[in-house]
Amino acid sequence: MWTYFKELGQGAWSLLVGMWITLRFAFQRPVTVQYPYASLQLPARFRGHIRLLLDEQTGQHKCSACMACERACPSGCIKLEGHKPEGATKRVVKTYTLDFTTCSLCGLCVESCNFDALDFSKDFNLAAFKKEEFIMDLVKRAEQERKK
Amino acid sequence: MAHELTWQIVRVLLYVVGLIAFAAFNAAYLSLLERKIPAWFQLRYGPKEVGPWGLLQPVADGVKLLTKQLLVQAESDVLLFKLAPVMVVVPAIMCLALIPFSEVLWARNINVGLLALFSFSAIHVLGTMLGGWSSYNKYASIAAARVVAQNIAYEIPLLLVMVTFVMVTHSMNLFDIVQQQAGGFWHWYLLRVQASPLMPVAFVIFFICMLAEANRAPFDMFEAESELVAGAFTEYSGMGFGLFFIAEYANVLVSCSLATVLFLGGWQCPFGLLPGLHWFLIKMYALCFVVIWVRWSFPRTQFYGLLNLSWKFLIPVAFLHLVLTAVMLKLF
Repeated sequence: MWTYFKELGQGAWSLLVGMWITLRFAFQRPVTVQYPYASLQLPARFRGHIRLLLDEQTGQHKCSACMACERACPSGCIKLEGHKPEGATKRVVKTYTLDFTTCSLCGLCVESCNFDALDFSKDFNLAAFKKEEFIMDLVKRAEQERKK
Repeated sequence: MAHELTWQIVRVLLYVVGLIAFAAFNAAYLSLLERKIPAWFQLRYGPKEVGPWGLLQPVADGVKLLTKQLLVQAESDVLLFKLAPVMVVVPAIMCLALIPFSEVLWARNINVGLLALFSFSAIHVLGTMLGGWSSYNKYASIAAARVVAQNIAYEIPLLLVMVTFVMVTHSMNLFDIVQQQAGGFWHWYLLRVQASPLMPVAFVIFFICMLAEANRAPFDMFEAESELVAGAFTEYSGMGFGLFFIAEYANVLVSCSLATVLFLGGWQCPFGLLPGLHWFLIKMYALCFVVIWVRWSFPRTQFYGLLNLSWKFLIPVAFLHLVLTAVMLKLF
């Protein structure tokens, strides 16, 4: 008999506690981030596709087409060509093609770069209709970034 | 004489249209609240894209439901399948016709209002059961069986509380019951402890039973999404489903209105000032909020837990209330 009343009392009390918890939460601020209009701050070590890092002083990318990244890439998704322009002392990259469809974001290219020319971008809005849109020309992208 | 008759016909038409509109409007906007309030509980925003504050969301939902095809399974019992949603909606709206909203706003005032209301509200169980059974779907059939067991179990404590209630009020006329509670909140039947000290408990039992009768969570055994797909509605699409949906909210509306009329003094003001429709609506929507609040606070009970609650707790306490009230009535 005693357990019956105990059960009844405890049950009723637990219901009240539950309702108090939900009510308390109703007056807190929502934590939702309204995604297309706002997005979260990405963590510093976020790995997007790679990009050519721009030198802060010259505004140019620092790649000298040493091909270390192309050799390091286990998926073979980096293709680059370098050339030595007339009168220049260093080789410069001409085309840097990243095939992002096969990239596994392992980061070996960034690690292998001896010139600090590569970095992960923070770009994560990567929906596209065609496969070709994921074959990126990083030199062109660096140019666009410089113009901004 | 002819003038009187015309007025009567116009009045009937106005109330029929008005009550259907009231039920449909509340179904639409309670469904919006049903998404907004849990959103607050869960630190979200809820619908906010369609219209300002998401106010046009129910319209968008309605249009979506209307444009969908009404699919009828080949094996189903077509007549019953199509009749079931109507059988669920119509009694709920008929119940609304018996509710006195204010001193001047009531569709029908009959002497056995309380009895008629409970008779009508018992029909929707039959509608739900037929809907589930005629779907020719195992989930819907299980849901149909559950809904009957549940409603039988909860009708007993509900009616026991009501028998006691009528012993106290000496009237089944809802209008009179509200008039008896005039004055202040200490006159409400919720707090009539001189009639029976268990009156507030009776209100809680009544409220729990109404939740179970309206098949609201945590007693939504017949629509248990996690186990029974969509319960009795599994095979319904488009507006067939929409009617069940309207019926659910119309039932919530009836339950809250009835609780307001019986225990919270209907249109009477808690302090005896300015009685009127607004007090009725405030009390009713506060109860609707509690219904939604309960739904989003508690997980669904298991089936034996549901029956245990009714047979082990609600019915004994309701009987105790009955006996206590009888004794009090004899003594004082």
